[in-house]
Amino acid sequence: MRGRDIVGATRRFMLAAGLATSAALAATAFQAQAQAPSGPPIRIGSTLALTGPLAQTGAIHKIVGDLFVAQLNARGGLLGRPVEWVLLDDQSKPDITRTLYERLITVDKVDLIIGPYATAGILSAMAVAQRYNKVLVHSTFGIPKMAAYDRQFPAWPLGIDPEKTMPNDLLDALASIGKTPKSIAIVTSKFPSVQFVAVGAREVAKARGVKEALYLEFEFGTRDFGPIAARVREADPDLLFVGAIGLEGNQLLEALDKLNYKPRNHFYVYPTPGPLATSPLGNDAMATTAFENLPPLNKNPEAAAFAKAFTEAATKAGLPYTEPETQAGASWSMWEILTGAIKATKSLDDKVLADHIKKNGSDTVLGHISFDGQNNYGKNLMRTKQVQQGKWVIIWPKDMITPGYTVQGK
Amino acid sequence: MSATLFGQSVLSGIFAGSLYALMGLGMSLSWRYLRVINIAHFGLVFLAAYMTYEFAGVRGFSALAVALLLIPLFFMLGVIQQVLILRFNVNEFSSLIVTYGLAIIAEAVIQLIWSADFVRYENRALHGNVEVGTLLLPMADILLVVIAVGLCVATWAAMRFTWLGKALRAGLDNPAIAAAFGVPNQRLLLLVSGFSAALAAVAGVFVALLYTLAPSQILSWLGVVFAAVLLGGLGNPLGLLAAGMLIGVSEAITMAVTAPSWAPVVPFTILILLLVLWPQRV
Repeated sequence: MRGRDIVGATRRFMLAAGLATSAALAATAFQAQAQAPSGPPIRIGSTLALTGPLAQTGAIHKIVGDLFVAQLNARGGLLGRPVEWVLLDDQSKPDITRTLYERLITVDKVDLIIGPYATAGILSAMAVAQRYNKVLVHSTFGIPKMAAYDRQFPAWPLGIDPEKTMPNDLLDALASIGKTPKSIAIVTSKFPSVQFVAVGAREVAKARGVKEALYLEFEFGTRDFGPIAARVREADPDLLFVGAIGLEGNQLLEALDKLNYKPRNHFYVYPTPGPLATSPLGNDAMATTAFENLPPLNKNPEAAAFAKAFTEAATKAGLPYTEPETQAGASWSMWEILTGAIKATKSLDDKVLADHIKKNGSDTVLGHISFDGQNNYGKNLMRTKQVQQGKWVIIWPKDMITPGYTVQGK
Repeated sequence: MSATLFGQSVLSGIFAGSLYALMGLGMSLSWRYLRVINIAHFGLVFLAAYMTYEFAGVRGFSALAVALLLIPLFFMLGVIQQVLILRFNVNEFSSLIVTYGLAIIAEAVIQLIWSADFVRYENRALHGNVEVGTLLLPMADILLVVIAVGLCVATWAAMRFTWLGKALRAGLDNPAIAAAFGVPNQRLLLLVSGFSAALAAVAGVFVALLYTLAPSQILSWLGVVFAAVLLGGLGNPLGLLAAGMLIGVSEAITMAVTAPSWAPVVPFTILILLLVLWPQRV
């Protein structure tokens, strides 16, 4: 091909590409204009722990909700109408949560409600939802057997018996590398949603022939872990199972470090992910998770887009740990379940929505969540993760293991 | 229970008790001499802790330099707080509500600046232990005990043996007669308030060194420190130190010999027993 031909071809290509781009942009603009939501907004009400002891995690749910609603409205809203999230601060208090959900339904007259954060708050909201027959999709409710209302739907796919599945998954993971522990120390907060898991771990360990070297319960809010650490060091178990919520795992690890003791294998039920992953003491720490920005979970384009958007928003909000994990993932899936049902049924009727969700389940960033079991809990989609080289990776079940990684155990 | 476990638990209690005393010292002084039940003291402690995290942890200044900066800064904050309390004529019981409000404002400000999420100041310089037989004494905790004991003893000595202490006690007993003898009551009150806030800054530096921080933790210290202040006697630094140690060690031994969940009951049980058996103490 001669030079002039090349230039000509390039010009023609550029012209064609330019025209195509212009046409695509015009089509997008037209589509966006056509889809711009109009009319009175669909009002979805909820509370969050924006202040008080649960505010650390409440902030994650706020970021997710703001992101989801903004993206939803940018894509045309719901049923052609914009969506407004009516959000109130429940101050991390279940009694205030109950009052505010009453207000959202009876005074603010929201079209729909969605869950608050944390088990006690969700339980309060559930009671109000039941009184008014409202559908309630919620994110991280920790005691599945207490969720008896038939129009409540958990976006956090724990399964009905996490007190069995969680310790069994952990022991299976360790067994897969030939490191089945001979002894276990179970140290747990009395916080309700972790204490029953620790009690379950006790039974699972006994059933699997793992000797219980120590069982301790401490009060939620304990600051001095020194004496507990001294007892763990004296018991010296193969596996330290900590019924930890929030920062308690870090506090115990720091107290153990002061005694020059490193647990051989250690698991934390619901730790705050950032401090444990970034702490020099957190190496090999294991925990449970519903979502991580890792393959295969982020192979789903929607999950990858969510993870990217969340990290950007969390960075902008000044959060020290900006990776999406269980809380962010479950919060996003909560919004996906509710809005997906509205789109599918073209209805805002609570009964219609509840029937649809119950029957069809929902595709979310956490995977397909079903609601066909006891208390609308379906298949357990929880995974076991581990801190390796300063970041969380998924190590169990086998089909979810982060490529290039294996379970680390001693 | 082995001797090592017992000894380590007692040490842990001494460390915790030292922090109770350090946090309570400013509160005890302002309650006794200013008649201000200063809940905002905990807000100042955490503000100092977050500033330590920011300047030493994030911006890389030395913790000592940050402490030396915070002490005069917080002294001024304490003076300003007392000026406002005097200006608006806040009495002892009203001060409980007013300063509780200030603590809530401090929590909101901290959350606004540093977010509600956890932050941790990793200080590797104070990492490590001193071994005494089978017992381990962490460096940061040793420093805490030295500073807490030093400040309590120094404050007690200043109140007991110097003109300043005598003037404060005289002003408390009868301000008019004290003033007639040349005691500048108002200035001394500002001095006590500033000193209390400076103590909050020192406590805050140790909170940052020893704990992961979250704004919601501010009032979680209130109960146990309040108990130590009452047990020790208002304005009694040595009593406070002893009370802090008693509570800390009692909690730790409870955790070592029985279910740790019983530990939070300990300080309040001791306080109730004291109120019943020795009511004139409080």
